[in-house]
Amino acid sequence: MTDAPKPPAGDPQSDPQSDPMWVGDLATRMSQGVPQAAALGLEFVSMQDGVGILRVPWRADLVGDPDTEVIAGGVVTSLLDHVCGLAVQAGRSNPTPTATLDLRIDYLRPAKPRAGVTARAQCYKYTHTIAFVRASAYDDDPDDPVATVQAAFALTGGSPA
Amino acid sequence: MSAETPITAQQRLDAVLARIPYVRFLGMRAELAGDEMTAILPFSPHLIGNTTIPALHGGVIGAFLEMTALAQLSVREPHRRQPKTIDVTIEYLRPAKGGLVTYARADLRKVGRRIANVHVEAWQEARASPVAALRGHFMLSTD
Repeated sequence: MTDAPKPPAGDPQSDPQSDPMWVGDLATRMSQGVPQAAALGLEFVSMQDGVGILRVPWRADLVGDPDTEVIAGGVVTSLLDHVCGLAVQAGRSNPTPTATLDLRIDYLRPAKPRAGVTARAQCYKYTHTIAFVRASAYDDDPDDPVATVQAAFALTGGSPA
Repeated sequence: MSAETPITAQQRLDAVLARIPYVRFLGMRAELAGDEMTAILPFSPHLIGNTTIPALHGGVIGAFLEMTALAQLSVREPHRRQPKTIDVTIEYLRPAKGGLVTYARADLRKVGRRIANVHVEAWQEARASPVAALRGHFMLSTD
């Protein structure tokens, strides 16, 4: 993870050579176009070659434990589900409808008080119908994650039926 | 909270949920019938993750299931501090449709001295057709 280039936040077009044409569209759609993503204030960081990065800034109304002011686990769950979906798109040449089959999250440590969370997901295997994704979420150091994830997505369309 | 100690289990549960900002963000609440708790997530447009179906965001469903587990643990162990989530596995079974209320119930499979194992199921129109399920481990506070 350390050898990955550090993407400048808020500059999705920073690496034009590997950004597919539809990345700009998708970046907007994945952050503002999805009501829950917009409500959480999710920020697009980057996507390329099966890797997606998103960030959620800390906000008082997203706190899960008022004693510590740490962002809620549920916010991290939404961020992780979303970034895994982004990673699946990041490895495709065209937008692909997906549905989450399952998501396993290990909470390694609490995030820091009043800290936003960044999540990086990598889609490491596609079959005809399934995409397998790993992800992790961190507050400042990618090598000291607050949570790690293993997920599987169906590529069949909008529903896992 | 000591100044106005809630009297009934329902009031205590309401107080536990009311002090968590993220619970208000989701708009969830929970109702007790004896020791049986049902968590309720009324529909709200900001919960949508898929505008085509439309369906609730998978993360919202996961978060709702996790909060249901935590709420059920607080009913069972009212005097402990909020447990910490160790791990969760969320299975998505059907799209959780926009416009509908989502319900969830938690089953405390094992509550040990330090760790609890909890299963949760969420449904909308029929409990026999769950939209998602969660299995998770939670670290109980020991003070």
